[in-house]
Formats: sequence, C-alpha cells, structure tokens
Amino acid sequence: MDFNDTAQEAAFREEVKTWLTTNIPSNSELENLDYIQRAKLWQKRKYDAGWACIRWPKAHGGRDASAIEQVIFNQEEAKFDTPDGIFSIGQGMCAPTMMTWATDEQNERFMPPLASGEEVWCQLFSEPAGGSDLAALRTKAVKDGDDWVVNGQKIWTSGAHYSDYGVLVLRTDPDLPKHQGLTYFFLDMKSPGIDIKPIRQISGGANFNEVYFNDVRIPDAQRLGAVGQGWQVALTTLMNERASIGGGGGGVNFNSVFELAKTVDLGDRPAIEDPSVRRKLADWYVQESGLKFTGYRSMTALSKGEIPGPENSIGKLVGAPKQQDMANFALDLLDQAGIIWDEAHSVNAGMFQATYMASPGLRIAGGTDEIMANIIAERVLGMPQDIRVDKGIPFSEVPTATK
Amino acid sequence: MNFEFSDEQNMLREQAQTFLRAECPPQAVRQVLDGDAPFDRALWQKVVDMGWTATAIPEAYDGLGLSYLELSVIAEELGRALAPIPFSSSVYLATEAILMAGSEAQKTAWLPKLAAGAVIGCLAAAETSGQASAAKLAVRYEDGKLSGSKRPVADGDVADLAVVMATSESGPVLCLTDLNQAGVARTAIKTLDPSRSHAEIHFDQAAAEVLGGLGEGWDLLQALYDRAAVLFAWEQVGGSETALEMAKDYSLGRFAFGRPIATYQAIKHKLAQAYVKNTLARGNCYYGAWALSTDAEDLPIAAASARVSATQAYYYASKENIQTHGGMGFTWEFDCQFPYRRSKLLAVNIGSEAIWQEKLIAAIEAQRAA
Ligand SMILES: Cc1cc2nc3c(=O)[nH]c(=O)nc-3n(C[C@H](O)[C@H](O)[C@H](O)COP(=O)(O)OP(=O)(O)OC[C@H]3O[C@@H](n4cnc5c(N)ncnc54)[C@H](O)[C@@H]3O)c2cc1C
Ligand SMILES: Cc1cc2nc3c(=O)[nH]c(=O)nc-3n(C[C@H](O)[C@H](O)[C@H](O)COP(=O)(O)OP(=O)(O)OC[C@H]3O[C@@H](n4cnc5c(N)ncnc54)[C@H](O)[C@@H]3O)c2cc1C
Repeated sequence: MDFNDTAQEAAFREEVKTWLTTNIPSNSELENLDYIQRAKLWQKRKYDAGWACIRWPKAHGGRDASAIEQVIFNQEEAKFDTPDGIFSIGQGMCAPTMMTWATDEQNERFMPPLASGEEVWCQLFSEPAGGSDLAALRTKAVKDGDDWVVNGQKIWTSGAHYSDYGVLVLRTDPDLPKHQGLTYFFLDMKSPGIDIKPIRQISGGANFNEVYFNDVRIPDAQRLGAVGQGWQVALTTLMNERASIGGGGGGVNFNSVFELAKTVDLGDRPAIEDPSVRRKLADWYVQESGLKFTGYRSMTALSKGEIPGPENSIGKLVGAPKQQDMANFALDLLDQAGIIWDEAHSVNAGMFQATYMASPGLRIAGGTDEIMANIIAERVLGMPQDIRVDKGIPFSEVPTATK
Repeated sequence: MNFEFSDEQNMLREQAQTFLRAECPPQAVRQVLDGDAPFDRALWQKVVDMGWTATAIPEAYDGLGLSYLELSVIAEELGRALAPIPFSSSVYLATEAILMAGSEAQKTAWLPKLAAGAVIGCLAAAETSGQASAAKLAVRYEDGKLSGSKRPVADGDVADLAVVMATSESGPVLCLTDLNQAGVARTAIKTLDPSRSHAEIHFDQAAAEVLGGLGEGWDLLQALYDRAAVLFAWEQVGGSETALEMAKDYSLGRFAFGRPIATYQAIKHKLAQAYVKNTLARGNCYYGAWALSTDAEDLPIAAASARVSATQAYYYASKENIQTHGGMGFTWEFDCQFPYRRSKLLAVNIGSEAIWQEKLIAAIEAQRAA
C-alpha cells in the first residue's frame, strides 16, 4: 500500500499539469461570458485536446484512460478554479446509462458532443408523486406506431432549461406492479409539447425546473432496455449518481472554516485558539479525511476493474449535513456579521451564507439523507426492507394521498 | 411551586394567537421577504395599537406596567408567527436599555414614544466580523458627538432611535442617539433573512447622550443582552414550534412507497427530537422569564440557558423541517425557508451560541465562587 504515483502515473501527471497550465482559460477570455458559456468553452478546449471524459472509449470522444488516470486528471484540474457543473449529470449519469443500454450507433452519435460540452443532458426522473419513491412515477407513455406519446409532469429537473437531451423513466403499464410497468427513454429536450418552468430555490437561483409533457413524441428507437425494464435501467443511472454527486466538493469545507477561524475573534483571541473551535474542526477534518481515504479505496477497487458498491452512499450522507453544519458554525464565528449576505460586505464574498442556504438541497438531491441511510442498512448491511404495502400489487392500486 | 403562566397570561396568549393568525399569516412574511418594504408597517401599527410595545414599560411612562411574563408570552407568539417587524430591536433592546440605564429625563423623553410606537428603537453594537470586545470598538463618543460606523444594525434603516455601543476617553459607553439627524447616514444591507431589515449606520459627529455612566457601557451591554436573551429565546422557541408543526403536517399528507412519510421512524424520530429540544428550551425559557420578571440574581444563568437551548432547538427544527419536505422544502414557493432564515438571524443577533455557552459557564463559576 502506498500513495505514490508509479513512474508511469507520475509521467501522466506531468503531462496533465503541463497541458492545464498552458490551457486554463484566462480571466479576459471568460470576462463577458455567462456560467454556461464559460463551462462550454472550457469543456470544448479539453475535448479538442483529448482531455474530456478521458475514461470513455476513443470512439465516444474519450481517451481510453484508466480510472487512476481519471483521478489524476481530476486532482490536477481541481487545483485550478475551472468553470464546470453543468455537465456532471450528463457525463456522470446519463452517459454511463447510454453506454450500457444504447446501441453503438446511438453512442457514436450522442457521446462525442456530450463529451465536448456542445450538447448538455439532464435527468428527468423525479415527479411530484415520486422522489424518494421514484418507482411511483406516473408520467405516462403510450405506444403509437413507431413512437411513444408522453403526457405528465416531471419536477426538480436540474438544468432542463439549458439541456439539449434528457433521460427519463415513464410508466408504460399502470396495471403491473409499480417497478414492472416502467420503461426508460432518452429524448430531445426541444421536442414539441415540452414546457419547461423554472422553480426558484431558497438559495436564490432557479437551477431546477418543472417539465410538462403534452403529447410529446419519443421514437421507440430511443428506448433503453426492454419495455417494462425501466427500473433496472434507472438503477444504472442511480448507481452512478452517488459517484457523481459524492461529498459535494464545493462550498464550505475544513479549509475555509479553518482559515476563517484564524481571522475572527472568539472571546479575546482568534477563534482558532479556542479549544471548542479546535475540537469542532478536528471532527470535521476526520470526516473529510475519512471520506477522502475511503474514496482512495474505491479508486483502487475501480482500477482493478471492480464496480464501486453502495458503500459509497456514505459520501453524500456525511458530506451534505457536514456542509450545513460547517456553514452554520462559520456564520456563528462571524457572529452578528454572519447575517450579512452581500458580495461586497460578506467575508469570502458570502460563500458561508450561500452554503447555509444551498446545503439543505444537497441533503435532498440525489437521494435524501434518509434514503442514503436506508441504502446502507439494506444493501450494505443486508438488513431487511420495511414491510412494504406498495409491492406485488398493480401500481394503480398502491395507496396514495388521495386514495 | 407554580411554574406556569396565569390564566390572564394564557388569555393574552390566546388573544395574541388569534390576532397573529389573522394579521400575520405566512403570506405577510413572504411579502416583506420578496418585496421592497423593510417591514410590515400595517402589522407594526396594529401591534402598537394592541399595546404590545408598551407591555413592560411602567405606567408612569405611558406603558402598561405589565411584567416580563406577559412580554414573554408576546415574544413567543411573535416568534411563532415569524412577524416581520422590528419588535425585538425596539422592545427587547432599545426600550430595555433605557429602562435599565436611562436617566429620568431620558426615560421621560423616550419611553412614552417607544410605548406608543411613535419611535422605533434599535441597538447598534456590532462593527466587525467575529465576537466584539470593548477593546476593539472603533465608534467613538466625544463631547456629545458620535463618529464611526456600525454594521450590521438590525432594523437600523427603519429605526428612529439607536442605542449605540461606543468607546470614549473614559472607556466604553452606551449612547443614545436620534437617527433622524444630519450626522447620521444609513444604508440598507442584504442579509440571509430579508424578512427583517438591516443597515449600516455611519455617524459623523452625530449628537448623542450617554446612557448610564461613562466607562460602564460594556457591562451595561452585557446586562442588556442578558435581559434580551430571555425574550429572544422565547421568539426562538415559538419559531421552532412553527417549524415542527409544518414538518408534522406535511409528513401526514405526503406519501412515499404507499405510506404517509409520517409512518417512517426516520421521520418520526426526527420530529420527536425536535420536540424534545423545543421542550427543553421552553423549560429554560420559563426559568428565564421568571428570573427576568423577578430581577433574580441568577438571571445571567437563566438567560444563557434559555438562549443556548433555544438557539440549538431552532436550528435543528428549521433545518429538519426542510428535510422532511424533501424537494418542496428547498423551493422559494414553500414557507420552510422562513424559519430557517429567521433561526439564523435570531441566533447571531445578540451573540452566537459559543459566546452564550461561555457566558453560561462563567456565570455558574461566578455563582459558585460567591
Ligand atoms: C437541488 C436539487 C436538485 C435536484 N435535481 C434533480 C434532477 O436533476 N433530476 C431529478 O430527477 N430529480 C432531481 N431532484 C429531486 C430529488 O431526487 C428528490 O427531491 C429527492 O429524491 C426526494 O424526493 P421528494 O422531493 O419527492 O421528497 P420525498 O420523497 O417526498 O421525501 C420527503 C421526506 O420523506 C423522507 N422519506 C421518504 N421515504 C422514506 C423512507 N422510506 N424512509 C424514511 N424517510 C423517507 C425523505 O427522506 C424526506 O425527508 C433534485 C432535488 C434537489 C433538492
Ligand atoms: C435520487 C435517488 C438516488 C438513489 N441512489 C441510489 C444509489 O446510489 N444506489 C442504490 O443502490 N440505490 C439508489 N437509489 C434507489 C434506492 O436504493 C431505493 O431502491 C429506492 O429509493 C427505493 O426503491 P424501491 O423500494 O421502490 O425499490 P426496491 O424495493 O429497492 O427495488 C425494486 C426492485 O429493484 C431491485 N433493486 C433495487 N435496488 C437494486 C440494486 N441496487 N441492484 C439490483 N437490484 C436492485 C430490487 O431487488 C427489487 O426487485 C436511489 C434512489 C433515488 C430516489
């Protein structure tokens, strides 16, 4: 066991570093672009030089790189403040699903522009009646010739408003038990009959949306998996979700609170000298390092060709509440000034306040804390599920708020 | 022992609840949060008309001469309704400061106006990030004039009168200053809780009077905080209960996996925890209200106990209320954001949790050493 790069890995790291240093967009290049344009500019630059989605096959726009090489690239890229975020759902969740379930022709058509950032994808899973209980979704697809006609509503679709394509699960047979009546598709987000309405978040932005389907036609050729196999296909997406959402790297972390504690006073000395602050920081540090090294273990498994198991659900379960508690603590350290949320007047341009407001979403997106804990109990520890009232009966007979 | 509110006080509570349900529904909070108005003027006027701003002011100064138990009842209900008005600044801080340290002339000049709501008061104590100290004060009082900047001042943009923590030749001093004068410039600042406004106040040779003695300001501020902490804690407990109620109601109607989410222990235990925290905080608030209303020697202990437990309870209830709502809780359209924002405002407004934990243990030490 060691943490050192092999000679080959070290050479790879050097190559990455050199490329990044000379190609990171300058401030003047990014100046007049919005965050989507910035992200697209950087993604395209990586793609053109062969540095986008490097683990993917070359035929799909990747580099056929190893898992370790991907990790090395990520580590080096993370040292720069690069614009990103809008591709993680498409590249991290939709792509693995497509590569597992779509035809070669489809992947050759859709994967390269997804890798290059020229086409953005979103995930249309959640519905008003089915979030945690994803398999309770109701949006209906009815076969009509070579097409499926879709009616209903999705909700919480991050990035739907700037996406070109999306993956979605639809109910194709309401009389089968809930998991069996589902079918998985991908679709063009510009299809006639789609209506996208942004939802404003408590954190201020409106990055997620309601998406309404009114007689939207999806060609049967864009079905992934068999009719009725949608849940199994969806699990491919969900299994990759935890890998791509992970601990929620941005926002408040040990370093930012540690640095803050050096600059503000608690009592008559810098907060960092206060034993209670030191103990809290120590607790958060061991959570972060525990996650990091657990991640290294997963990478090692990954590099040996193993699939990361559900134990990775702890990343989000630990990371999201930690962000909330750390942001809350940082605001306390600022004391009365903690309430100020104003780029000009707040310490770190309001990052602690922004995280205080965004972190509740992290604890919900991609599976709530409670669902993550259930996954650990049931799939890792092998403990039994709750007694279920929604299984083995036709979906149309499952109890709901209205029946 | 009779550790309960009286029948009259409970009647006041019922009256307050009925009034606030009608006059301060969540929509009223939302209007201030979303709109340009710094506070709900109509609600404020009605609260004034009910006499609430006059509650603990003696009759000699046109107050109602009621006790801090009545004011505690009102504080809890305002907290429960998340009222978007400058009540805590004007009543628990400015009015209390004058009651505690004002000269006869100052009381006569200001208390009737505060009681009648003709004047809104605020406390300008903070200047920088982190815990304040007497040694770090930059705002200066000299020859009847104040100079320097205070930030953030809760309700500072809408107040007429400020109690200002300043430094002077003879040490720290609390001052009283009319905010409607040439030497005062105010700018509203954006905060985490736009349902209550905040400002930066700049004093440029603004006329001010000393409140209490020169050099006594820091100790007076601490004594003022002890009194206010009890009332803040009541608001916090009221807000925590709102958050818990919202979560419970939602969990009963929301189905997942064919069952109301209220049937999952993960949700039940979460809300049970919130209840336990709220109940402990409420117990401490009773003790605080008693100590405040009887001028008890252990007010510092009672106040800090109420403050620490209520701050913890409100953070927990307000964040887990969002969590219980799932995606809905994270939307602007739902009301879950109100208690989450307000809990933070109340948590830092008169000093954050760690500061009160330290005060608590210091007060216990002092009591045991005596
Ligand atoms: C910021 C953000 C971005 C999102 N982006 C997307 C996206 O791009 N695409 C997409 O499809 N979805 C997206 N979502 C939706 C997200 O996956 C769901 O919100 C989440 O799965 C919870 O579902 P829900 O909102 O319906 O809450 P519910 O399922 O109604 O949950 C309500 C509460 O009940 C609890 N609960 C439910 N079932 C159980 C149980 N069995 N045991 C114990 N407790 C339980 C939950 O933990 C929660 O506390 C996003 C959500 C957020 C907040
Ligand atoms: C936003 C979100 C993110 C999620 N992320 C993950 C995740 O990262 N990892 C994860 O394992 N689950 C994930 N899940 C799914 C979760 O574990 C539960 O399966 C789901 O919330 C509840 O499903 P259910 O009880 O309806 O179906 P279940 O009763 O869990 O399953 C129905 C059928 O699918 C099969 N099945 C379920 N899960 C698996 C699996 N992992 N492998 C093979 N077969 C399976 C079951 O054996 C059963 O036949 C996520 C769910 C949501 C809503």
